[in-house]
Amino acid sequence: MENLDVNGQAIAIDNEGYLRNLEDWSKEAAMQLAQQEGIELTDAHWEILHLLREFYQTYEMSPAMRPLIKAVAAQLGSDKGKSIYLMSLFPGSPAKLASKIAGLPKPTNCL
Amino acid sequence: MTLHLINKTPSESSALIDSLSAVSEGDALLLIENGVYAALQGYAELFTRLPGSVQCYLLENDAEARGLKQLNQEFRPIDYDGFVELSCRYGKVVSWF
Amino acid sequence: MSETKKSFLIINRKAPYGSSAARDALDVALTISVFEQPLSLLFMGDGVLQLLPEHNASEIGQKNLSANLAMLEMYDIDRLYVCRQALEQRGICPADIRLNITLLDQNGITALIKQQDQVLSF
Repeated sequence: MENLDVNGQAIAIDNEGYLRNLEDWSKEAAMQLAQQEGIELTDAHWEILHLLREFYQTYEMSPAMRPLIKAVAAQLGSDKGKSIYLMSLFPGSPAKLASKIAGLPKPTNCL
Repeated sequence: MTLHLINKTPSESSALIDSLSAVSEGDALLLIENGVYAALQGYAELFTRLPGSVQCYLLENDAEARGLKQLNQEFRPIDYDGFVELSCRYGKVVSWF
Repeated sequence: MSETKKSFLIINRKAPYGSSAARDALDVALTISVFEQPLSLLFMGDGVLQLLPEHNASEIGQKNLSANLAMLEMYDIDRLYVCRQALEQRGICPADIRLNITLLDQNGITALIKQQDQVLSF
């Protein structure tokens, strides 16, 4: 089993780098995960990460791109509920990348 | 005396109907897994002809898991410890799976 | 995304948790929605038992299907049809279901199936 080292503490991750346990997530773990992806977390990132954690708590699944955009638009306004905005924060595949940094499982059914 | 275990819904298989025709005085019926759906009010009629001495139980973890509320009062909810206790109390267990 | 559109109907006929059928159907539904194809879900027989609210499946070491179904509208899956007789047989009141559903009788179900390009039954 692979581990992520967060301040000397070993956290279990899967072979794609997603945390195995939801409870292992912390601010430090997020920063570490983000750094590995070449992302420096700003407030704009954090509000998406917290929204994702909430989404998961309500629906017990990580969202694919479309529901993520919908959730962001509903909570943070339509300016942010756009794929171009999410791409600017989490380049490539925002739903997968943001879920990973938020310590959630990889979204299934995501293109 | 026999403990009858049911783990399928009334429409999923003939298990419940089969078991009901084989239950005798002093036996007990325990609904587990999908069997707990048989305690929905819509199925109450099925159990009205059971001998009065037959005790009916359901595993409450399975009912909770499925969001079941306001179930047929004939069924007493039990937990896993109760399940073990019943299995010991009745000499024979028939699993109608 | 391709121009081709096909209408899909997923029929749910099994109770949740006793088998993987409900979860498999959900998985396929979410996948179809990602490809932006018109999708309807029909719940009949024991499948209506999936719609009961407030599951607490951690009791049996599984994930809550009721939480996942609440998410369907976030995927724009909003055509949920339910067999009226199946609810009645089980003593379930339509008002108990928190999702936005349309009740159908036998004729409605026949018509719904007829309208579809593809029908998948779980």
